[in-house]
Amino acid sequence: MENLLDILLFGGGYNTRLVMVGAALLGAAGGMVGSFALLRKRALISDAISHATLPGVAIGFLVAFWLTGSGRNLPIIIAGAALSGALGVLAVQWIKDNTRLAEDSAIGTVLSGFFAVGIVLLSWLQGLEMGGRAGLQGFLLGAVATMTVAEAELIAGLALAIVVVSLLLFKEFKLVCFDPDYAASIGRPVRFLDLAMMGLLLILVSIGLKAVGLILVIAIVIIPPAAARFWTERLSVMVTIAIGMGAVSAYIGAGLSAAADDLPTGAVIVLVQGAMFAVSLLVAPNRGAIAAVLRTRSDRRAYAAGTLAEPDMPDRGRYPE
Amino acid sequence: MIAQPQPHRSPIDPAAPLSVRDLTVTYDRKPVLWGLDYDAPAKGLIAVVGPNGAGKSTFLKATLGLVPLIGGTVRIFGKPVGEMRDRIAYVPQRESVDWEFPASALDVVAMGLYGKIGWLGRVTGKHKKTALEQLDRVGLADFADRQIGRLSGGQQQRVFLARALAQDAQVYLMDEPFAGVDAATERAILATLVDLQKAGRTVIVVHHDLDTVAEYFDHALVLNVRKIGDGSVADALSADILRQAYGGRLATAHLPDLARAG
Repeated sequence: MENLLDILLFGGGYNTRLVMVGAALLGAAGGMVGSFALLRKRALISDAISHATLPGVAIGFLVAFWLTGSGRNLPIIIAGAALSGALGVLAVQWIKDNTRLAEDSAIGTVLSGFFAVGIVLLSWLQGLEMGGRAGLQGFLLGAVATMTVAEAELIAGLALAIVVVSLLLFKEFKLVCFDPDYAASIGRPVRFLDLAMMGLLLILVSIGLKAVGLILVIAIVIIPPAAARFWTERLSVMVTIAIGMGAVSAYIGAGLSAAADDLPTGAVIVLVQGAMFAVSLLVAPNRGAIAAVLRTRSDRRAYAAGTLAEPDMPDRGRYPE
Repeated sequence: MIAQPQPHRSPIDPAAPLSVRDLTVTYDRKPVLWGLDYDAPAKGLIAVVGPNGAGKSTFLKATLGLVPLIGGTVRIFGKPVGEMRDRIAYVPQRESVDWEFPASALDVVAMGLYGKIGWLGRVTGKHKKTALEQLDRVGLADFADRQIGRLSGGQQQRVFLARALAQDAQVYLMDEPFAGVDAATERAILATLVDLQKAGRTVIVVHHDLDTVAEYFDHALVLNVRKIGDGSVADALSADILRQAYGGRLATAHLPDLARAG
């Protein structure tokens, strides 16, 4: 335990520290992008994206092997993952636009289809004598222990870019998430803004594969914003809390998994986030479950005691309410 | 046969706040608006009426470019809509958004200023003051900080109205602004629309309730996929036009005389 505390307080080596900061930025970017995905009701599409990245991971590995002699090349694998994820999104969109299938069915079909292709490619790669193929399994469950400095820097840099772009477009994203028709009526290019949100989500999922893993990367998009929503009615506060929860959970998760080599990073990060969600659900003021029970109770008690204030009927001029 | 712009169609009226020719929209190959010609008068409140599925909402969306046109032309004071965005304000149907969204009434009204603020600008104290003034105009100044999901249906409707007022536009397109509000609020919203009209703005309102059209509005456009009639409410709501638009469904409820006559 002393070891863990040491690591969390920046006592680990340079490598470990850098990996933890990279993970924290990744978690922050997840909370940011996830907030808009949640409010645009696109949270589930991130699951389709993540599963659809697997063929791209395998093909990226092959391309990297042919080009450099080793498949271990994160930039090329991220590019492959993003391209393959984009194909997945396009497939979902095409099915939605051209058939009568509902979006959830389209997502389920595309997600499992792409994932199956990826698994086949991956097991085929495992059988070949290629440098770096051992690291491929790490993309399924996430592994920071083996992450290099360059890889951590790449992830941190892209995560930071996602946060900066989202902050610049914050107002426009908010408008499109709340009322896309109105946004279009004042001349905002809704398609482009939706595409920008989707693009940021794609990049986030692709850089999240290495640390969190394909299967659980959806969690860093959905859980922090969902937990943050319990605490506030304001978007700016919700996004701030989601960023904070995402960063802290990824930081702790990466630290725990660095301290104990056999703990899978992704699962630990998501467990921390799950705990944050459970606490939010229960104890958040106003929107929390306990607060709701207490409110009803205290109103009943006040009513029984005759201390509940009677409703007033103020005069507001033309508008009577 | 697909309707083409016909030679006998009168040209676009460049002075009209809204002028459309041969407006045609389909959903999934099914026409919902067919060859519509219309010139909105410059003065007076305008109602768009017609049965369910007549294309009333689509008419507003088509004029705003929110749905793809299959054919036809839309002009605002003779110019394409894209050049006139800062002169048009749209009030969508209340049910079209999720009111659980984490925003206050003031946040939503401030969206009416986004056009002026621009992409990278921020909502400043000055903008918030303007938004609060618009909330006050619809009697909601006390509710500025309230999360929009905790407002009543009528209050939500007025938040949308205030957002459009904040745009300070020339042409207002409103989709059922009276839907789900009580009688007193309906009167109050109407009074606000009359104020706009008196200030020289054009107000076009999709309206569901035939009983109040003649009382509330000066002009009407009667739709049922095609244009059935338009003009002053007295002209546009003639028994003949209403029967064409609504068919037998209306006869007993709204046209007892007509029904008796057979």
